[in-house]
Amino acid sequence: MSIGQTFLGLLEATPRHGYDIKRRYDEHFGHSRPVAYGQVYATLSRLLRGGLVEVEAVEPGEGPDRKRYAITEAGVADVAQWLARPEQPEPYLQSILYTKVVLALLTGREAAELLDVQRAEHLRLMRELTRRKRGGDLAEQLICDHALFHLEADLRWLELTTARLDDLAARVRA
Amino acid sequence: MSAPLLVAEGLHRSFGETAALVDAALRIDEGEVVAVLGSSGSGKSTLLHCLAGIVRPDRGRVVFDGQDLVTMSDARRSALRREAFGFVFQFGQLVPELTCLENVALPLRLARVPRREAEQRAGQWLERLEVTDVAGKRPGEVSGGQGQRVAVARALVTRPRVIFADEPTGALDSLNGERVMRLLTEAARDSGAAVVLVTHEARVAAYSDREIVVRDGRTRNLEVAA
Ligand SMILES: Nc1ncnc2c1ncn2[C@@H]1O[C@H](COP(=O)(O)OP(=O)(O)OP(=O)(O)O)[C@@H](O)[C@H]1O
Ligand SMILES: [Mg+2]
Repeated sequence: MSIGQTFLGLLEATPRHGYDIKRRYDEHFGHSRPVAYGQVYATLSRLLRGGLVEVEAVEPGEGPDRKRYAITEAGVADVAQWLARPEQPEPYLQSILYTKVVLALLTGREAAELLDVQRAEHLRLMRELTRRKRGGDLAEQLICDHALFHLEADLRWLELTTARLDDLAARVRA
Repeated sequence: MSAPLLVAEGLHRSFGETAALVDAALRIDEGEVVAVLGSSGSGKSTLLHCLAGIVRPDRGRVVFDGQDLVTMSDARRSALRREAFGFVFQFGQLVPELTCLENVALPLRLARVPRREAEQRAGQWLERLEVTDVAGKRPGEVSGGQGQRVAVARALVTRPRVIFADEPTGALDSLNGERVMRLLTEAARDSGAAVVLVTHEARVAAYSDREIVVRDGRTRNLEVAA
């Protein structure tokens, strides 16, 4: 996830302190992985250097949280551009698995076994997400569904590869 | 550990030249939801039919609650199916001439439960499956998702020990499919019924407790990987 643009988006509504950005971020996007404070301030200083945010106010005292950040016009343009640009689909997500399958075939190991174990692992995670979804609010459900659809796509690839293993074996060993 | 509810061992079944099951095995404990996965033609439905006493295997044993389904008399097996098993299929299982409420009450009526009581219990299951509104409609007048939820209510109304579901969401879109799965598994868990769920959809299988994979008629059990 592009954390810089996400921060800019959070700042577009209203200027915020670093801790407030972190809180908002974690609330909306940090379900499985809250952002660390270190990363918050590193990101903010990067945005500052790029002229995408500015320090709107500095309160007296010590520490980084004295600063309140506001988005600049360049920052707004950057968010707009980012939102408008489609994400690169990741067609090669399976490359590690593909590599493993080919290596297994090349070395005479059980490639089908490897695929079965992977399938079980995918399903295990899908069960967990399905359970989480049941107990969750709408945001949680949508996040889980996104992950579930992706895992499902992986699983379909695993099925297809399993079905074509003999052909693949003949090819890589030729 | 208690004895498993349903055990199948060394199942073989051929249709002419086609070996649909080859040394298939499976065990299901009380109240467990088990997904049966595998590609088209791998033998999933044949396995389910053997487990449910609908198809007789050429060889092997199917033991339900200590009784061998393969060797018992046809009459005994039919009675067992009626009393202890519930079924949900992809479609075409509701009687078109009856209302949804009457459809759900039917298994109870066949078990000689008086009409009033049967329909009252059927009504409770319709409520549980969130389809009270279609009680008075005929199956032809309800949506696919509603029809499947009625079918689930009908499968559960006799409080079976095992629900056999073969692609219960196969004809539904994913939102309706998930709703059926959520209600099916929750209702089964509440009433302590085990579920054998045949599906080729991973998102449907994710409602199970564990999976069995069938490939070319052979079962593969991957619990070790967990
Ligand atoms: N009654 C039958 N007569 C002849 N062949 C059959 C019969 N039932 C199943 N078969 C064959 O046995 C094999 C296994 O069929 P089965 O219906 O169990 O597969 P499946 O895994 O349920 O497939 P699908 O996902 O398409 O429903 C197939 O090759 C099928 O053609
Ligand atoms: Mg089938």
